[in-house]
Amino acid sequence: MSPIHYLRCFGGITNREWLRFLNQRGRFFSALVRPLVWLVIFATGFHFVLGVSIIPPYETYIPYAVYIAPGLLAMILMFNGMLSSLSMVYDREMGSMRVLMVSPLPRWFLLSAKLLAGVIVSVLQAYAFLAIARIWEIEPPWYGYIAVLPALVLSGLMLGALGLLLSSAIRQLENFATVMNFVIFPMFFASSALYPLWHVKEASLLLYDICEANPFTHATELIRFALYGQLESTSAVVLIATTAIFLTLAVYGYDPAKGLMARRAAE
Amino acid sequence: MSTVPALSIQGLGHRFGPRRVLKDVSFSVAPGDFTVLLGLNGAGKTTLFSLATRLYAQAEGTIRVFGIDIRQRMLECLRQMGVVFQQPTLDLDLSVEQNLFYHCALHGLARRDAAARIAAEIDRVGLADQRREKARRLSGGQRRRIEIARALLHQPRLLLLDEPTVGLDIASRQFMLDHVRRLCREERLAALWATHLIDEVGEGARVVVLHKGEVLADGAAAQLIGQMRAPSMRAAFESLVQEREAA
Repeated sequence: MSPIHYLRCFGGITNREWLRFLNQRGRFFSALVRPLVWLVIFATGFHFVLGVSIIPPYETYIPYAVYIAPGLLAMILMFNGMLSSLSMVYDREMGSMRVLMVSPLPRWFLLSAKLLAGVIVSVLQAYAFLAIARIWEIEPPWYGYIAVLPALVLSGLMLGALGLLLSSAIRQLENFATVMNFVIFPMFFASSALYPLWHVKEASLLLYDICEANPFTHATELIRFALYGQLESTSAVVLIATTAIFLTLAVYGYDPAKGLMARRAAE
Repeated sequence: MSTVPALSIQGLGHRFGPRRVLKDVSFSVAPGDFTVLLGLNGAGKTTLFSLATRLYAQAEGTIRVFGIDIRQRMLECLRQMGVVFQQPTLDLDLSVEQNLFYHCALHGLARRDAAARIAAEIDRVGLADQRREKARRLSGGQRRRIEIARALLHQPRLLLLDEPTVGLDIASRQFMLDHVRRLCREERLAALWATHLIDEVGEGARVVVLHKGEVLADGAAAQLIGQMRAPSMRAAFESLVQEREAA
């Protein structure tokens, strides 16, 4: 199998993901409206409730809306990662997953290509959000828009790989609500997306430890620092490691000999 | 001409937990052969297809595609195979052409080659005018035709079809059967056609009867009817099943 074959396959998977996205305009608007609602309503309401002291990477006092913007970018990536996993469950139920799985390329490549294709679509949405957010004075320096790209891609890969792993474990489409309740919301709230962790530490040391261990916190922080041209290296390492773990487990989950697919078939 | 079978299955077995769904299944399909895998629902046909296409892991027996063991060189085997699944697998939100380009990309075809093959295949199934239609707008029969066209885009030498005519009207069923038989005759494509519809066996066809995971008979339909001293394929099939149930 030549490298060009792999490249064409990846191009085909990305193109399909993009066409599906264009065909589902509601998905595009909800992906943008959700963080904008948080930005416009939640950030305005909590503007005077939550004081944000001067913490890196910020060099001065910042409005609350500026503080939560990186978390909202990570939220876009998380919802897309989960929606992508939802589409995998849908594909499996509808049969189109079979078309992907019988193509003559290694399974790990097919799953990784699907993951990366989803991330490309997510990152475009994240930039659309950043463009609209300028109306609310979320204005990182110009180089921040470039520096944030790898942070968005890495965070998207981690969250997409988690979605992929969940999709290998979800038996039916209906179970997706469970993912919302037990994965998306806890990950989002137990992170530094909405409040600085020193606030959390003052309230509960246990919750602080949970937030510190939460990979979503690291996605948020990597994005936050990257927007100001800085690298949060601990977060980068955590994200690379968790992406590798989630992706390995997802490939295992989709292995017909070992993973959950085999167990499901046996039931 | 090659004497290596397009598909050779030897001693194939499979279990779902304690339940045995395939037991010592052996048969082969030669290039140019149209072979019907006949069995009632639950006979193990779809499991056999899933094993041959790596959707399930194979534990017992061997499956060879043009002499290559799928456990050793699965990807090479998949390149030789075109598959029409029992479940509809078109992406209904995409157009016919987009679905077909997607398949070509998965098989590594260049865009220009893909365009030429897509034009040729959808013309052969008589749906060239619908190429830009959303798959959702096509009838069940048209979707199945597109799935056959899609399975042939990468020019496989072995075509696996799992209950391809379920839910189709008589005209669509006949079209599908005629199309695949013609491909076998004219292009020496090997086809394994799984069905529970006995009238799809046809005169002169080769048939493998699968029942509760075991092969009950393997040979020309006419020969089988003669052996069972039955007036028709349906009667021969029923006698075979009754014999096995009584044993």
